[in-house]
Amino acid sequence: MAKTHVTMKVNGAEVEGLVEPRTLLVHFIRENLGMTGTHIGCETTHCGACTVDIDGMSVKSCTMFAVQAQGSDITTVEGMANADGTLSALQEGFRMMHGLQCGFCTPGMIVRAHRLLKENPAPSEQEIRMGISGNICRCTGYQNIVKAIQYASAKISGVEFREAAE
Amino acid sequence: MNDMTPTREQRSAALEGMGCKRKRVEDIRFTQGKGNYVDDVKLPGMLHGDFVRSPHPHARVKKIDDSEALKVPGVLAVITAETLKTVNLAWMPTLAGDVQMVLADGKVLFQNQEVAFVVATDRYAADDGINKVIVEYEPLPPLVDPFKSMDPDAPVLREDLAGKTSGAHGPRKHHNHIFEWTVGDKELTDAAFNKADVKIKEMIAYHRTHPSPLETCQCVCSFDKIKGELTIYGTFQAPHVIRTVVALIAKLPEQKIHVIAPDIGGGFGNKVGAYPGYICAAVASIVTGKPVKWVEDRIENLTATSFARDYHMTTEIAATKDGKVTGLRVHVLADHGAFDACADPSKWPAGFFNIVTGSYDFPTAHLAVDGVYTNKAPGGVAYRCSFRVTEAAYCIERAMDILAQKLNMDPAELRLKNFIKPEQFPYHSALGWEYDSGDYHTAMRKMMETTGYAALRKEQAEKREAFKRGETREIMGLGISFFTEIVGAGPSKNCDILGIAMFDSCEIRMHPTGAGIARMGTKSQGQGHETTWAQIIATEIGIPADNIMVEEGNTDTAPYGLGTYGSRSTPVAGAAIAMAARKIKAKAQMIAAYKLEVHEDDLEFDIDGFRVKGLPEKFMSMKDICWAAYNSVPPGMEPGLEAVSYYDPPNMTYPFGAYLCVMDIDVDTGVYKVRRFYALDDCGTRINPMIIEGQVHGGLTEAFAIAMGQEIRYDETGNVVTGSFMDFFMPTAVETPHWETDFTVTPSPHHPIGAKGVGESPNVGGVPAFSNAVNDAFSFLGSTHIQMPHDFWRNWKAAKDLGAVV
Repeated sequence: MAKTHVTMKVNGAEVEGLVEPRTLLVHFIRENLGMTGTHIGCETTHCGACTVDIDGMSVKSCTMFAVQAQGSDITTVEGMANADGTLSALQEGFRMMHGLQCGFCTPGMIVRAHRLLKENPAPSEQEIRMGISGNICRCTGYQNIVKAIQYASAKISGVEFREAAE
Repeated sequence: MNDMTPTREQRSAALEGMGCKRKRVEDIRFTQGKGNYVDDVKLPGMLHGDFVRSPHPHARVKKIDDSEALKVPGVLAVITAETLKTVNLAWMPTLAGDVQMVLADGKVLFQNQEVAFVVATDRYAADDGINKVIVEYEPLPPLVDPFKSMDPDAPVLREDLAGKTSGAHGPRKHHNHIFEWTVGDKELTDAAFNKADVKIKEMIAYHRTHPSPLETCQCVCSFDKIKGELTIYGTFQAPHVIRTVVALIAKLPEQKIHVIAPDIGGGFGNKVGAYPGYICAAVASIVTGKPVKWVEDRIENLTATSFARDYHMTTEIAATKDGKVTGLRVHVLADHGAFDACADPSKWPAGFFNIVTGSYDFPTAHLAVDGVYTNKAPGGVAYRCSFRVTEAAYCIERAMDILAQKLNMDPAELRLKNFIKPEQFPYHSALGWEYDSGDYHTAMRKMMETTGYAALRKEQAEKREAFKRGETREIMGLGISFFTEIVGAGPSKNCDILGIAMFDSCEIRMHPTGAGIARMGTKSQGQGHETTWAQIIATEIGIPADNIMVEEGNTDTAPYGLGTYGSRSTPVAGAAIAMAARKIKAKAQMIAAYKLEVHEDDLEFDIDGFRVKGLPEKFMSMKDICWAAYNSVPPGMEPGLEAVSYYDPPNMTYPFGAYLCVMDIDVDTGVYKVRRFYALDDCGTRINPMIIEGQVHGGLTEAFAIAMGQEIRYDETGNVVTGSFMDFFMPTAVETPHWETDFTVTPSPHHPIGAKGVGESPNVGGVPAFSNAVNDAFSFLGSTHIQMPHDFWRNWKAAKDLGAVV
């Protein structure tokens, strides 16, 4: 099949590649760029394991063609750490609050939560739950993911995070 | 001591040993997208394989034409049963003693069955190839309803079994019958029923569902023709078992098979068995000489690999009129699909379903299980439970509520009246188990006090009156579950897989600088073994957990183990860790005695080293002992400090718990709200409370999904109608209730550290709590039992059938 040349920015770096028109963005990221942090869980846009940030929006990369991302600015989980390489507030929050178990949904969750906190820096529990409802986790039951996002929200605002009483 | 000397508390805390909420080691890589899952494995020249699958649930395969497929650019080979026959692999043995087609051999027996395997240069080309393989089918009548499996005129599903009057587990009664398994004393039980004041009987179904971890089943097989070695990267919960199975069926020398299970994205029982994808990828690699990757998609996962449950349990309890149970009789019709591929220990065709007497002191019981074939996918895996234990817990917990309703007794009171008493442990159950320890009354009372159970019952009574007066359309249910699990398979006296005893193992090597590595026969799929196993070692030998690296999943380096499922890792491998650590400690004591110039009996272990009794200043730290082990051991002693333990447990462990679900249901819409869910778990000694709580949250969420909607459903023509996350209920953060957790601690008396295992308790105990809540809500309208899953529609339908909605 004829291939198309695409260019885009991924985690701050200009990248390019030759793809078939049908090549999914998630396959371009994982296989052409070799960034395997973005996962595939359902291929039908339900689970959110493939979530990446494209031009300021959370997008499920399993149902978007690579050619549709031509010229866009993409951030994946590999671009989530602080500039000095330390864990970001969200990554730290997931670890501190035990917001992950098998780790398979985690990249999508973190990328999604990153955009959620940009849009709403101090979300309520209900807003968090609604905000991550496009991402399925089979391990945690979400309760500690909610706490992880609250932890990050507090840390970014410079407030000490206090766990809500049970 | 000067101010700089750490206190005992500080020294102990620095270890981050057992009981500590240690943060997870794994999270550093997982939060940065640096996990290494099977689909991340990319080998030079790697090809991709994918399946042509059957659209029919039951059909004869007349012809497979691959000529057009082979013309598709990138397609290199199409493998069919005929290809596999040349290497004697068209069929494979199952863990349950049956055989299963790897690729359709003459017939297909369930929808989406594997028919041909297309091998191509990438996954897109493989998919193109699939679309060009032309298969000619002759449809046959499908058998969907297990209750019709043994009808005299039921279609013959398994022609390969023609004339076989017995199978792996005894006689077969019918051409679609697999086995009958009976346990208990029938005569005594019948006698108990004959003289019972009160009896209940109900067909309690536990529907077919699926573990569906977020990462599907997948593998990369790479055959090195020069060395004759096969390397398999795969999503394996039990890598060593896979290696042995491959050695046995592919007739390859076992030392030339390297099985690597890298990071696994959830298992929940789905990744225990061997699937056609693994065999086909291995054969394709042998045929092409290139590495071959097979990655299941979600539809394939839900419809072809390993369903769970599908037990139809006719349950009877006999009791006195004041509510003392006198007998239990259960008959199970088990729908195993087209092949008996249950992942149970070999001698247990219905797993440990004979734990069905639960937490109650039944003087007698009798159980019979009939396994049958239908035109559905094979499986029968332990979806986040020990083998068939969740079915058993659901059966007895639902039945106890039904009995309470018949006796007009509070279900909590009925349970308290019939619990096995603390002084009865170790307790011998009527169906053959020896329960190790328990204190059920304390756990139940703690649950009732913490939740304000009595006040909730009062509120429910008031709401019912209000409902009858027409003041509200909402009904309220209280769902109690008091489950006893049986986990930690298992003792070699009664547990094996393909003849291999179900021990587990740990090898610890301490390095000179006071660090070490522990290698395990288990394989984490999210349970956090890298974190918790190091905590056990830290407490046992006094080396900080941070200094211990835990490695799993490589059969070349790990000691042989039976893997992670059935909550067996902590009961079995956790014990192996403690035993290996104690061997290290014993040698360390000898080294310390030599260095401190005392007899070893004069030493006592003190947190992180050995101290001379009565001379507190004479102390040698474990760190220093590690160094000494490599340069100044006592004369005659071998240098080094390492140990291995293969632990064969003397008994299973029996975790238990008391759960309460408070649910409100709107009868006009069927919409439910879980107002409150309280889970008290007793898993014995607690290694990492943070991880335990996480396991409980996750297990409850899976239980919630199963009880309230998650189902693999077939229509009457054998089409599976729940093949994607659109139709198969996957709760998001919005639907998932808030979880309250609590605990009591009753250590296992036979386990070296007293731990019992917890990962599956919340799923086993959660499902009956949800279902009992729904049933309790409707009971005052006249219903006895409403089948799961309790989705909005079924709730509305129940209300309508009971006349509460016109």
